[in-house]
Amino acid sequence: MVAPGKQATLSRAERLPGVPAIRIGNVVLSAYSLLFYLFIYGPILILIVYSFNGSRFPTRWAGFSLEWYHKLFQNRAMGQALRNSLIVSSSSTAISTVIGTMVSVAIERYRFRGRTPLDAMLFLPIIIPDIAMAIMLVAFFGLIHMSLGFVTIIISHVAFNISFVAIVVRSRMTTIDPTLEEAANDLYANEWQAFWRITFPLLLPGILGGALLAFTLSLDDYVITFFTSGPGSTTLPLRIYGMVKTGITPEVNAISTLMMAASLMLVILSLWIQGKGDAMG
Amino acid sequence: MKIRHLVFVGLLLVGAAVLLAACGGGPAASGDSEEVLYFYNWSEYIEPELFDKFKEETGISVIEDTFSSNEDLLAKLQSGAEGYDVIVPSDYMVDQMIDLDMLAELDHSKITSIGDIDPSFADPPFDPGMAHCLPYMWGTTGIGFNWNDWDEAPDSWSYLFEPDLAANFAGRISFLDDSRETLGAALIYLGYDPNTTDAAQIEEAKNVILAIKPYIAAFDSDSYEDNLLSGEFGLVHGWSGDIFTAQLEDENIDYAIPREGAVKWVDNLCITADAGADPARYERALKWIDFLNQPENAGANTNFVWYATPNMNATPYIDQEILDYEAVYPPEEVFAKLHWLEPLGDALEIYDRAWTEITSQ
Repeated sequence: MVAPGKQATLSRAERLPGVPAIRIGNVVLSAYSLLFYLFIYGPILILIVYSFNGSRFPTRWAGFSLEWYHKLFQNRAMGQALRNSLIVSSSSTAISTVIGTMVSVAIERYRFRGRTPLDAMLFLPIIIPDIAMAIMLVAFFGLIHMSLGFVTIIISHVAFNISFVAIVVRSRMTTIDPTLEEAANDLYANEWQAFWRITFPLLLPGILGGALLAFTLSLDDYVITFFTSGPGSTTLPLRIYGMVKTGITPEVNAISTLMMAASLMLVILSLWIQGKGDAMG
Repeated sequence: MKIRHLVFVGLLLVGAAVLLAACGGGPAASGDSEEVLYFYNWSEYIEPELFDKFKEETGISVIEDTFSSNEDLLAKLQSGAEGYDVIVPSDYMVDQMIDLDMLAELDHSKITSIGDIDPSFADPPFDPGMAHCLPYMWGTTGIGFNWNDWDEAPDSWSYLFEPDLAANFAGRISFLDDSRETLGAALIYLGYDPNTTDAAQIEEAKNVILAIKPYIAAFDSDSYEDNLLSGEFGLVHGWSGDIFTAQLEDENIDYAIPREGAVKWVDNLCITADAGADPARYERALKWIDFLNQPENAGANTNFVWYATPNMNATPYIDQEILDYEAVYPPEEVFAKLHWLEPLGDALEIYDRAWTEITSQ
């Protein structure tokens, strides 16, 4: 709905008199954009290129080589860390997506006591600095004598992911016309049926978007994970940070390249699903 | 519609299943028949093949987690993380952890290889008589440099403390931001003991540093190796481990132990107090420490990490290339002149006063 309006304003601007000025403006704009993209993607490109470097020194290019990928797949500690990361990210994503969706539906569709405070509180985990949240969680786990490990990391990730999922799902929720559900109710669908047959399918692109965001945040998190991890639960970011102290090898470049490729694929997948969802809706 | 139903229920199930699996795999599971030891170590600080070898010999699986600084290790343990059996703190951190009752004592009768520890490491001042920890790897505090500037390694403190020589690197010299290390280096340069409590000697060391103060770019303990890499610093006073890390990124970076002597440091294998309270875990921890200190295994670790081992009988297992590398294994006459930094008690005040004068002028 927004896109056509935007295009309209743009084409109006292009039709303004004073063509040379706009030419110069275009050149400046292109140059600026180019620099901007270079600034953002340059380091990523360098990282990817050097993951294929035959030499271990980033100061020297010694030809194309898959040596570091080979080393990476043989590095057992790295494999363990990846496995740990996947356990944490997938379970925290699944749990927080379900809870986050339920919270969004409740706040958007129902009036109940404590709705306003709940609405406000939902933003807290986003606003609170990571470090403060980490310390609060550790203090809490200490208080209830819960030993640190996978479970505490997952609980902590769920705690901050719910908010992010809820925000994405709610923005989708506001685009759904409540009269659709009312119409379903009029046609003798109970609330359960109305949710699954009407609301949920319309909401699905938002839910998947939220889940994807949660997965990425969980996979990336360092600060909160550092504090809430225990024996045997070192995740990939913790492992990589540990390697920095003993020297960044191209192995780190290789794992970063792979992680980037994986997130890129996830984003494309989510866009594809959302596109399909829109087409069907 | 049914498919979407399934997606949602599926998400829930995956979550629940993974959570259950995670609970089962965690350290809380005691019904496991498999014996597990949790080892909390610096990253890339052990030959990975030793895990399999230990499992073959004892049936115990080692699960390794990694930390990136002594302070991280302390924070982690103090935040209530229980379950780590063996940890690897550096010397000053061992001192702190003993004070905080965080370490179990070492049962020497269970460490068959304890006699292999070189006598110069067997009685460290931070843990007299190795009562709590067994030394694991050691290094020194010396000089980091770039081969582009030198034909021969700058293996003398005079390159830093002789004003005429230091002037060559004016504005590109850094010292550790640590009163004991930096005044200690000046004391060694003057031929004194870096643990002296003689106020006159410390005064003299202070004046040596003040004389070259105009050439000093920074007192820096955290990022000097990065600055050495970037060329911002030309000559740095630093820990051998940090310089070797920088060397991985630029082969022209190197490290020299001054002939006049230097301060030595050591990372240690220690058993946490909570493992010490559980006889089964304590037993496994002792086995692991004893295993790592077998000469053959200690040698394998040195070959992998390129740090020196305090195990004097490991030499036959160490690559000749490393034994010949004087930055790791200094010649005997220099080795004899390596000093511990000993706790000084009240005399530390003299150092701190001198240090304040140096850094504030």
